Amino acid sequence: MGAELPVSKISWSVGVAGAVACALFWTGCSDIGAKKSAEVQEKPAAAGKPAQFNLDAAVGKSAPAFSLKDADGQTVHFADYRGKVVLLDFWATWCGPCKVEIPWFMDFEKEFKDRGFAVLGVSMDEDGWKAIKPYMQNMKMNYRVLLGDDDVSTAYGGLDSLPTTLLIDRQGRIASVHVGITMGKKEFEDAISKLLSEPVTNASVTGHLDGSLARLRSPNGR
Amino acid sequence: MTVASPGLEAQTAGSGVLTIAPSSQLSIERGGSAEYTLKAQLAPGFHVNSNMPGDDYLIPIKLTWNKEPLEAGPVMYPKAQMEKLSFSTNPISVYTGTFEIGTRFKAPASATPGMAFMNGKLRYQACNNKECLPPRTVDVRVTLNIR
Repeated sequence: MGAELPVSKISWSVGVAGAVACALFWTGCSDIGAKKSAEVQEKPAAAGKPAQFNLDAAVGKSAPAFSLKDADGQTVHFADYRGKVVLLDFWATWCGPCKVEIPWFMDFEKEFKDRGFAVLGVSMDEDGWKAIKPYMQNMKMNYRVLLGDDDVSTAYGGLDSLPTTLLIDRQGRIASVHVGITMGKKEFEDAISKLLSEPVTNASVTGHLDGSLARLRSPNGR
Repeated sequence: MTVASPGLEAQTAGSGVLTIAPSSQLSIERGGSAEYTLKAQLAPGFHVNSNMPGDDYLIPIKLTWNKEPLEAGPVMYPKAQMEKLSFSTNPISVYTGTFEIGTRFKAPASATPGMAFMNGKLRYQACNNKECLPPRTVDVRVTLNIR
């Protein structure tokens, strides 16, 4: 493996990598381990640029906001899920390990939906809905699937590997990050149950209240 | 292992888990043909899908060449391994470790003699047992001596 590198953005639009000369043949030039580096530091925001989100140090932080389209063409704002426990799964149709987890997530959607839980599957397929929709039908996916883009990839630290799955609590904070298949269905289920059993605080619904109050306080709302 | 033969050009598959060996200079006569072998090596534990992965959702490895200065014949992919991976129900057709992809080039009789380059692209998508990396397309360049 090569030296550990800072997490960097990967363009999912088939960025053509240049023929970068490698100092040693058969060595280095690996991107594996980058995301696993314990030494990766979150960089301060450069002027006018947001700080690079570091998945390795994401637990406890607010999940980055995004707005993406679902299979019906509806724009889905992540902020609308505030107050719910969310399993956010970045996946692709060409990703074998992702396929293993999808039936688990379908079961979770069924089992926990009525308790304030939702699965959001963000597909990073370059071919978009043309590839995703037949796959969804074939897998009989019962949860909401969104089409990812470079912005959401950057917002979540580059998404170097798939699947990348995050469990997000009712306050919108990242409770855990799983790059690759790192645990089984039972462990996921237990982690979701634990998050669902946490008391619902005012902060859980702040987003909705803030929105309501903002409307109430707006000059037009008076 | 370090290879430092004269006339070789180091190339890598970007910053991925697949490394392409430097190619030796390909000497070819105008009107003649010659075979080029691309040598690739994957990091331990990783595989790429073969050129015929047998599943429409999987991304096959694919080597393509520019139309000039040489004419590329059919690309010759190696025999794939059928691997049963922890995430797959059925064995899938993959390459692991070191593998070679061949191409027979033909030099037109009208080709300009001298040094030149044949450029191509290798597209692949790598996974291990637990995770997959995004598909990559990397440049491949062969130094030519057209005689």
